[in-house]
Amino acid sequence: MTDMTANPALNADKPAKVETPFQRFRAEFFESKIATGALIVFLIIVLLAVLAPWITPQNPYDLAQVSVMDGRLPPGSEAFDGYTMWLGSDGSGRDLYSAILYGLRISLTVGLASGVIALLIGMAIGLVAAYAGGRIEAIIMRIVDLQLSFPASLVALMMVAALGKGVDKIILALVIAQWAYYARTVRATALVERSKEYVEAAQCLGISRFRVVFRHILPNCMAPLIVVGTVQTASAISLEATLSFLGVGLPQTEPSIGVLIANGFEYMLSGRYWISVFPGLALLLTVVSINLVGDHLRDVLNPRLKK
Amino acid sequence: MTVFIIRRLLQALLVVFMMSVIVFFGVNIVGDPVYMLVSPDADQADIEAAISRLGLDRPILEQYWLFLKGAAQGDLGDSFIFGEPALKLILHHMPATMELAFSALILAVVIGIPLGLYAGLYPDSRISKGIMAASIFGFSLPTFWVGLMLIMLFAVELQWVPATGRGDLGSFLGIQSSLFTLDGLSHIFLPALNLALLKISLAIRLTRAGVREAMGLDYVKYARAKGLSTRRIILVHVMKNIMIPVVTVMGLEFGSLIGFSVVTETIFAWPGMGKLLIDAILQLDRPVVVAYLMIIVLFFVLINLIVDILYSILDPRVRLQDQGA
Repeated sequence: MTDMTANPALNADKPAKVETPFQRFRAEFFESKIATGALIVFLIIVLLAVLAPWITPQNPYDLAQVSVMDGRLPPGSEAFDGYTMWLGSDGSGRDLYSAILYGLRISLTVGLASGVIALLIGMAIGLVAAYAGGRIEAIIMRIVDLQLSFPASLVALMMVAALGKGVDKIILALVIAQWAYYARTVRATALVERSKEYVEAAQCLGISRFRVVFRHILPNCMAPLIVVGTVQTASAISLEATLSFLGVGLPQTEPSIGVLIANGFEYMLSGRYWISVFPGLALLLTVVSINLVGDHLRDVLNPRLKK
Repeated sequence: MTVFIIRRLLQALLVVFMMSVIVFFGVNIVGDPVYMLVSPDADQADIEAAISRLGLDRPILEQYWLFLKGAAQGDLGDSFIFGEPALKLILHHMPATMELAFSALILAVVIGIPLGLYAGLYPDSRISKGIMAASIFGFSLPTFWVGLMLIMLFAVELQWVPATGRGDLGSFLGIQSSLFTLDGLSHIFLPALNLALLKISLAIRLTRAGVREAMGLDYVKYARAKGLSTRRIILVHVMKNIMIPVVTVMGLEFGSLIGFSVVTETIFAWPGMGKLLIDAILQLDRPVVVAYLMIIVLFFVLINLIVDILYSILDPRVRLQDQGA
């Protein structure tokens, strides 16, 4: 990511340099201004969340730093401790700007963790289905089809109803709700790849099954996986926020963005909009920027749309 | 054909049974509902009496067996909180959810299809690009946040419509519904719009794709050559052809509307099944949670069964493939 601009001097030395697939991908991705902007916004959000303890005026969950005197202050008010609350404060006197950045840490962690775990599990199951074939494939795909006939939000709701609250439980619920999307994608791609000549060649060379699947087929399935991964991660973040908003996701002690919005909901009808609206905007920026990047990735990585 | 239907029925039964195991054991492992029910100063004897009254002192396998026996007779247990049969509670709240989901579906069709038609006919116009951008937002904005914004804008700032509740119910042909009174309509507008947003985006995209495909086909060219007006070509010939997939998909989405209504009902305090579920989860009212989840599972399994059977009638290949597997 650091080496984004091509070095002109280098290009001048070797004018006939062959473009690698990654360079072509990079060039095509940054052609779209919207997608580039979305990626930058997303990276800024991640950076803010990571740096939260060093760039916020208070740790909103350290009770010693929070004063009830500061409760429900409108944006721009001055806090009891002297700093300005640019985004106002919530019902228990927490600075919203600080609370949002700390909340983003939890929301992003849950979204990314469940996305990665669901991807790994779904990928393994999908590969097994595609390569094993026969009865095993039929059974796996029947389960996948069955699960995909329920909306992911409903599956996740069912799981949290059964599992209860907590970060680990919500990640588990999201993984269970989403693995099937990855499994279906990997299987479909792997089936196409398996019938190609390079796999046949690898098999003729006597390379082990395991190696053929993971070293030869898997890398060629990555493009659709990445696309599904971005979209599913965005939906995991939004789903977690929804569940937490409903009060069945994360507990008050682990306040993600969804919990913050839920806390502000009771003040909304009395016109104190900021307690819900600003965390909502943060969630919105995160989810929309990931979706825009994913949308463009789909176009760039889809060989059928190649010019 | 009969063999196919019987196979699918057996599969559906198996699914419902497996889900009952997962739901029942899952829900019954979390937390201890007794402490939510007895008063804080109850002594040990009171607590034990409550436990045995709710049947929680029996081994979990026996509890499950009793649940299955009851379920086979249409009894899904009594609510811990209300003391009424869980099924009755849910059926009592079902009309409100149905009317909300139905209104959302209507809104999705009435708003989504014309916008999709426009975007499909003039793909390069500025308005079409705006419509498509809006539909991306419709897909990626979290429903609950849009709901909050709708309340803030229309109920708090502009004060056009009330924010919560179901309003006055009107009666028509023996059905009680908010749709039959002005007050009820003003109450249902925001929640229905909120629930419909995702489906509006879906309808826009489906219609647009259908229109763009159909406009290049021979029958449209032929209709043009015959000298029909553009209006007639679009409204009669094109619409007739693209409506089939759009209506199919929208019908299938009805199930997910009922599932999604959990969120909308909570925000707008709409007294439907979804709100009942959330309240039940928070109060550890296990029989109601189990009963709701089982009814939803049954609902989805039924929808899928009907679709499978209809498809197998329309397309015999589905049936043959199933036998081969």
